[in-house]
Amino acid sequence: MAGASGSVPIVTIAGCVVVAIRDDLDDQDILTLQDELVEEVSRRSANGVVIDISSLEIVDTFAGRMLGAMAQMAGMMNARTIVVGMRPAVAMTLVDLGMTLEGVETALNADRAIEAIRAGQA
Amino acid sequence: MEDGRTAVTLASAQDVAYAREAAKRAMTEIGASTVRRTKFVTAVSEIARNAVIYGRGGRIVFEIREQGGVRSVVAECSDRGPGIADVAMALTDGYSTGKGLGRGLGGAKRLVDRFEIRSSETTGTVVILESRAR
Repeated sequence: MAGASGSVPIVTIAGCVVVAIRDDLDDQDILTLQDELVEEVSRRSANGVVIDISSLEIVDTFAGRMLGAMAQMAGMMNARTIVVGMRPAVAMTLVDLGMTLEGVETALNADRAIEAIRAGQA
Repeated sequence: MEDGRTAVTLASAQDVAYAREAAKRAMTEIGASTVRRTKFVTAVSEIARNAVIYGRGGRIVFEIREQGGVRSVVAECSDRGPGIADVAMALTDGYSTGKGLGRGLGGAKRLVDRFEIRSSETTGTVVILESRAR
């Protein structure tokens, strides 16, 4: 299921598309991953998308914008996007950048996020 | 980084990732805290991307310095672009001539201890970022 981005595995569990973003992705890889996620949501009629960013040492404006866009696109397909695993230093940096990721839901970990998505659809 | 200097050529998205990696190594070498390292690497990412997208590529040079017992990393990023017509405007949040959010340049400035920018039509744009270890 991995595409041009190489080896970012996307899995769908219980109606949730789950992906753990790797740290060394460049902008092109991020756009490819975004396309793959949207495709997967559509193909599996998913209720939610869980994006694990715990490996990411930084989230700059490009990656931040991708997370926001992902949430919007999934939203239009009736799926909820939850970002999990944000490092404290990343959160502090995003605030300095003026990127508060409005519209992007967050959760402590993937388990909680999947629970929230499944509870929401019931 | 034996002589304390590293240069990364900026021509593609992949090079921006290399620049981030070099920034991280330099900040780790001077023993910067996680928060300081994260902020600096993020600022480098913004500036290096600008050089690739708007500046027709260029290079970024990292140098480790020491002043009064405090070590710092200085990054100097120079591009071959058309220059920025209005630097003050470009530093304003929300201002963008491209597809970006317009937070890159002003955001990068807030993430580092020292930020300098010089820009002209003939020389392109040079941005200097400096972050101390603490």
